[in-house]
Amino acid sequence: MSLPGGGVAPTSHVAHEAHHEELGFWRRYIFSTDHKVIGIQYAITGLLFLLCGFSLMMLMRWQLAYPGSPLPRLGALFGDLRMPGGTMLPEFYNELGAMHGTIMVFLGVVPLAVGGFGNFVLPLQIGAQDMAFPRLNMASYWLFFLGGVTMLASFFVPGGAAQSGWTSYSPLANLAGTGQTWWLIGMVFLITSSLLGAVNFITTTIQLRAKGLTFYRFPFFVWAQFVTAFLLLLAFPPLEAAALMQLMDRVAGTSFFLPSGLVVSGQALTVAGDGNPLLWQHLFWFLAHPEVYVLILPAMGIVAEIIANNTRKPLWGYRPMVYSVIFLGFMSFIVWAHHMFMTGMGTAMAAFFQTTTMIISIPSVVILTALIISLWGGSIRFNTPMLFALGFLPMFGIGGLTGLPLGLNVTDIPLHDTYYVIGHFHYVVAPGTIFALFAGVYYWFPKATGRMMNETLGKIHFFGSLVCMNVIFMPMFIQGLAGVSRRLYDGGASYAFAQPVLHLNVVSSWGAWILALFQIPFIFNFFWSIWKGKTAGENPWEATTIEWAAPSPPPHGNFRVAPEAYRGPYEYSVPGAAKDFSPQYEA
Amino acid sequence: MTSDHAADIDRHVRVYITVFVALMALTIITVAVSYLHLPLPIAVTVALLVATVKGSLVACYFMHLISEKKLIYAVLVLTAVFFAALLALPAVTHSDGYWIHE
Amino acid sequence: MDIPYTVEVRRDTGLTNGKIGIWLFLASEVMLFGALFASYILIRTGAPSWPRGDTILNVPLATFNTIVLISSSVTMVMAWASLMRRRFGTYRIYMGGTILLGFVFLVVKYFEYSHKFHDGLYPSTSNFFAIYFTLTGLHMLHVFGGMLVNAYFWGPGAKLWKTNPVWFTNRVENSGLFWHFVDLVWIFLFPTLYLL
Repeated sequence: MSLPGGGVAPTSHVAHEAHHEELGFWRRYIFSTDHKVIGIQYAITGLLFLLCGFSLMMLMRWQLAYPGSPLPRLGALFGDLRMPGGTMLPEFYNELGAMHGTIMVFLGVVPLAVGGFGNFVLPLQIGAQDMAFPRLNMASYWLFFLGGVTMLASFFVPGGAAQSGWTSYSPLANLAGTGQTWWLIGMVFLITSSLLGAVNFITTTIQLRAKGLTFYRFPFFVWAQFVTAFLLLLAFPPLEAAALMQLMDRVAGTSFFLPSGLVVSGQALTVAGDGNPLLWQHLFWFLAHPEVYVLILPAMGIVAEIIANNTRKPLWGYRPMVYSVIFLGFMSFIVWAHHMFMTGMGTAMAAFFQTTTMIISIPSVVILTALIISLWGGSIRFNTPMLFALGFLPMFGIGGLTGLPLGLNVTDIPLHDTYYVIGHFHYVVAPGTIFALFAGVYYWFPKATGRMMNETLGKIHFFGSLVCMNVIFMPMFIQGLAGVSRRLYDGGASYAFAQPVLHLNVVSSWGAWILALFQIPFIFNFFWSIWKGKTAGENPWEATTIEWAAPSPPPHGNFRVAPEAYRGPYEYSVPGAAKDFSPQYEA
Repeated sequence: MTSDHAADIDRHVRVYITVFVALMALTIITVAVSYLHLPLPIAVTVALLVATVKGSLVACYFMHLISEKKLIYAVLVLTAVFFAALLALPAVTHSDGYWIHE
Repeated sequence: MDIPYTVEVRRDTGLTNGKIGIWLFLASEVMLFGALFASYILIRTGAPSWPRGDTILNVPLATFNTIVLISSSVTMVMAWASLMRRRFGTYRIYMGGTILLGFVFLVVKYFEYSHKFHDGLYPSTSNFFAIYFTLTGLHMLHVFGGMLVNAYFWGPGAKLWKTNPVWFTNRVENSGLFWHFVDLVWIFLFPTLYLL
C-alpha cells in the first residue's frame, strides 16, 4: 500500500484545513489550538527558560569559584541591593539558587520534555489529528506562560525572588520576603497547567490512537509520556494544597507549618503555633519525588526511539521496559521520605522508605540495561541524535548509581545536603535528561520544520557538552564526600575541612562557563537550519513510527488519510523484507 | 449512556429518589450520633463509616459508578491507593519515633 | 477539525473523551482534598489539644447546608435525566434548582464565616480555624466554580441542545459528575470538621 501521502483526501480534512487557512495570525500562531503549534511554543519557551536558569547558575559559579570577589563589569548590572561593588550578597546567592532550581525543573525541563515533545510528537505517533481537548491544550500553555511570567516578575519585587531553595521548606519560606508569595502563586499556575495537560495526554492516548495501534504496539515514547501524565495528574495536587497552606501562613497568618515558640531575630513570633514544618516536607516531596521521574521518563522515551532507529534493530526487551515503566511510575509515589531521612524519623519508617527506594531502582536498571543491550549487534549510525542518546546511557548510569547511597538511610547520613546530592541529581538531569532532550530536538527538528540540522555543529555541541558536564559535576562527588554542604554561598570556604577540595569549585565553574560556549553552536544551528537547513522529506531517518508518515511539517490535521498500525513500533531489519525498516503504518 | 431508553431512565429516577431519602436519613443519623459524644476513636469510626456509605451512594448512583466502564474503575482504584498512602504514611511516619511533644 | 469520540463512544473503551477527561480531573481533585485531609490528620494528632467541632461550629446550620447540597445533587442528576428523556423544559427547571441550591449553600457559608469573623475568629486564631477555613474555603471555591459551569449550561451554553443534543447531554452529565464530587467532598468534610 502506498504511503498516506497519496490517496483520496476525505472532504472533511480538506474543508478543515481550508478553514484553518482562514484563521488570522493570532489564532494560527499565538492562540492556536493545534498541538504542533502548542508543542513548539512549549519547546521554545522551555529552551529559553533553560538558558535563563543556566545563566543564573553561571553567575552563582563566580561566587563559588572566587567567593567575595567582585565580578568585573557584569556585577554592576545587579545593583547595590544584590551585588554592591560587584560582590555577591548571600541573599542574592540564595535567590539565584532557589530560582535556578525552580526555573530548570518547572519552567525548563518539564515544559520542554512533556509540553514540547509530548504535545508535538504524541498525537503524531499515535496517528491522531490532534489532542482530545485542543482548547484545553491551549489553556495549559498559557497557564504555564503565566506561571513563568510570575516567576520572572518575582525578581523585581521588594526583597527579590524566592530565596528558600526550590524546596521552599518551612519555617524559612514562611518568613521570607514577598518573592516567596509570588513563587507560590506561580506554582499554582504551573500546577494547574500540568494537571490540565495530564488529563489531555491520558485521554488522547487512550481514545485517539489509530486503528490497529494496540497498547503493546505503542512506541516506548508513548508509554513513557502516558505514565508521566499519571504522575503529573496524581502527584501535583498535594503540592498545590501545600502551596495554598503556605500562602495562608504567609498572607492570612495561619500556622500550618509554624511550630510554637519560634523566635526570629530575637523576637518571638506571634502566631498560633502548633504547626508542623515536616507537614510541608511530606506534601512537597509527595510531588517532588514523582516529579523527578517526570524529568527522566520522557527522556528515556526519546532515547528509546532514537536507539531503535539508529541501530536498525528492534528494541531489546520492549515488554520488560513497558512493565518497568509502569512499575516505576507506581513505586514513585511511595518513596518520597527518602528525602527526609535526616528529619528524625524512626527506624521502622526509615526502613520502609529505604526498601521502596531500593525496589524502585530495579525498573530503572531494567530500562537502562535493555537500552544498552539494544545496541548489541546493531548497525549503529552515529548521527547527532544518536550521539546524545548514547551519551545519555553512561551518564544516567552514573546518576542512578550515585543515588543508591542516598537512598539507604545509613549512608545518607553523611551525604544528605552535601554536594554529593547535587552531583547525583545533576548527572541524572543534565547529561541525563537534557542530553535526551537535545537528542529529541535534533531527531524531530526535520519533522517540525522540514529541514535537517547541521551535523558538524551538532557533533561539536555534543562532544563539548559531554566533556564540560563531567568537568562540572564529577568533582561534586568528591566535595560531597569531604562533607561540603550544599547551598553555601561561599562554596565551603569558611570551613576548615573543606579547604582541600575548595579548588574544585574553580574547576566546576570553568566547566560551566565553557559549557555555555558549547551551546552557541546549538543555538546558531537551531535558527540557521530553520531557513538554511538541508530539506528533509517525510522520513529522513528511515524510521518506523507513525509520525514519519506525515508530511514534514505536518499540516493542520496531520495526516491526509487516517493512518493504521499494522505491526509493532520497531520492525527494523525484518528478515526477507525489501528495506531494512518496515514502518508501522505501511500495510 | 446515550443508548439508554425511556424505561431505563424511569428506573434510574426511582433509584435517585430512593438514594436521596437514604442520604437524608444518614445525615440525620450522623448528626444524632454526634450528640452522644462518644469517645473519639469510636466517634471517628462511626462518622467515617456513615460518610463512606453516603459517599458511596452518591458515587454509585448519582455518578453512575455502579455501571461504569472498567477503565474508569482502574483510574479510581489507582487513585485510591495513592490517596491511602498520602493519608497514612505521613501520620505513621510521625508516630514512629519523633515529634514527641510534652 | 472533528475530534472523534466527543459525542459517540469509542467501541473498545465504551467511553467518550469528555467522560474520561472529567473522571481524570476528579481523580486529581481526590488527591487535592486528600492532601488537606492528610494535613488535618497530622496537625490534629500533633496538637496538644483540639476542640470538638460542635463546641465551636454551628452544627444545625451546617446540617442544613448538607441537606441543601445533597438536594442539589439530586436536582443535578434529574436535570441530566430530563435531557435523556428529551424534556428540555424540565431540564431547565432542575438545572435552575441546582444553581439555586448552590447559591443557598454559599449564602449560608457567608453567614457562617461572617459570624466567626464578627466574633474575632479568623484562620490565624488557631490551627483548628486554619484548617476549617482552608478546607471549607477551597470547597466553597469549587461550589462556586461548579455553579458557574452549571449557569453556563443553563443559559448561553444551552443553545447546543438545538444543534447537538447528544453532545449537550454528555456535557451536562460531565458537569454533573463534577457537581456530585463537590457534594461528595462535603459529605466527608461535614462530619470531620463539625462533628468530631
